[in-house]
Amino acid sequence: MNTNYTVRDSATMLRRNLLHIRRYPSLSIMLVAQPILFLLLFVYVFGGTLGPGLPGQEGAGSRCDYLVFITPGILIMTVASVALGTAISTATDMTTGIIARFRTMDIARVSVLTGHVLGAVTKTGFAVVIVTVFAFLLGFRSDAGPLAWLGAIGLLILIAFSLTWLTVGMGLAADSVETASNTPIFLVLLPFISSGFVPTDAMPAGLRHFAENQPFTSMIDTLRALVTGAPTDSDLWLAIGWCVLIALLGYLWSRRLFLRVPAK
Amino acid sequence: MTATKPAIEVAGLTKSYGDHTVLDGVDLTVPEGTVYALLGPNGAGKTTIVNILSTLLTPDDGEIRIAGFEVRREHAGVRAAIGVTGQFSAIDELLTGRENLRLMADLAHLDRATATTDVTVMLERFDLVDAADRRAQTYSGGMKRRLDLAMTLIARPRLIFLDEPTSGLDPRSRRDLWAIVREQVANGVTVLLTTQYLDEADQLADRIGVLDGGRLVAEGTAAELKRRVSGGHVSVQFTDAAGLTASAAAYPEATTDAEALTLKMPNDGSIAGLRRVLDGLDDDNVAGLKVESADLDDVFLALTGHAAEAPASEEIPA
Repeated sequence: MNTNYTVRDSATMLRRNLLHIRRYPSLSIMLVAQPILFLLLFVYVFGGTLGPGLPGQEGAGSRCDYLVFITPGILIMTVASVALGTAISTATDMTTGIIARFRTMDIARVSVLTGHVLGAVTKTGFAVVIVTVFAFLLGFRSDAGPLAWLGAIGLLILIAFSLTWLTVGMGLAADSVETASNTPIFLVLLPFISSGFVPTDAMPAGLRHFAENQPFTSMIDTLRALVTGAPTDSDLWLAIGWCVLIALLGYLWSRRLFLRVPAK
Repeated sequence: MTATKPAIEVAGLTKSYGDHTVLDGVDLTVPEGTVYALLGPNGAGKTTIVNILSTLLTPDDGEIRIAGFEVRREHAGVRAAIGVTGQFSAIDELLTGRENLRLMADLAHLDRATATTDVTVMLERFDLVDAADRRAQTYSGGMKRRLDLAMTLIARPRLIFLDEPTSGLDPRSRRDLWAIVREQVANGVTVLLTTQYLDEADQLADRIGVLDGGRLVAEGTAAELKRRVSGGHVSVQFTDAAGLTASAAAYPEATTDAEALTLKMPNDGSIAGLRRVLDGLDDDNVAGLKVESADLDDVFLALTGHAAEAPASEEIPA
């Protein structure tokens, strides 16, 4: 009888999580403020120097060119930042008595987690819109058509979905809320070692190899192509492949952690 | 309606963590529409039993059927029949009382109209109308417990588990909660409750199981259990702490309640025994005394060799 109610129970749990986000906005605000601060820091502190170093600009790249270059990386960082928050909120939720109640009810159990993931994806949507508007205010301009923007939105949702399943797992695996807020930090740092902030050619060989092949690079390159109106290449499929893989592993891991009998 | 069909059947239930045996062969049967109280001190295994019967924990061994469903294999059936209110509040503190109830109504898969009506009815029945749209984190302990129970009952379970439902509640809230439990039983619901309070078991339960160190050491109605102890006790009220301390030293077998300034001395019911007690007392610091027949405190002491209040978790047989 469980499976018939998976969709309904997930919708109920999503509503619960949206109420949580509304009732406890400070965490969300902090998570959106972080990428905005990085955007300001990189554009105004480093942008004047880094702009001329951009490829294809022959040393004439401006602060504004640099803004356009890093916006996709900042957007991915926004997604990672919200995902980090989800690890915290999942771990916090697991400490509350209502989770034990859910476990004794005849509901689709995984809906507890689906509620967290769908709530987080919704939250990511708002965060990405805010950061994008902010980038436009700073002078970001794009030739991308509506179709490319739609593609960018779709890709961001997919990335949010996959990273969130991973961080829900981290939240469940953590033995405390503090641990849950620390383990996913690498997700926010990894975009720095990618094509997000400087071209990878400038990096030493070993690091460059890592930067070019880590999942965030294909995501950032695809997103950059989409929002600047450039044609996407094979990176698109690589990015989608990474997302599907991460989502699947994150889902199976989270599910296993949640369904195991609590070791009391 | 047959009163003979058991709602809970447990045979040979065992559970241990490594070398630590928590439950050591528990058997119990609870007929439909009755209240069964598991009575015991902290560490006796009460919560472990509730967790196993409500599918939160798996037993090591034992045959357990809840509402006819086997607890290890037929999770869904068991879960659809039961409602659980534990000793720690299982409410969502960020949601309002109304939203918490609505959440449970939706998860119980009630249709929209029924859910709305039932939420209103529950808010009224549990005296939460004024607080309905406030976040549950602002509620008092008694209100949280009422909301918790309302959330359990909105799904209309046939069988409810109450794990120390009144621990930490003031006397009025306890009586309110007892009234709600009685009302449920009158509607045919079966209740398994755990408690450290002997008067609670006495008040609510049709049958009482005394749990100590993972074993049921006695079982029966309150009256049956009391009959197993001859006599009762003499309860002496002192006027000051000094008098209490002095007498407590003279009667090592007595239980002292320092806060109430009372001493409870076991008494076999004979005049000679009563005289011995009286001989040791002095008018100067005694405010009054009562000769009482056995209550469940005496029963517990007689059955387990230690008082109910004393944490007995270290004495679990290996």
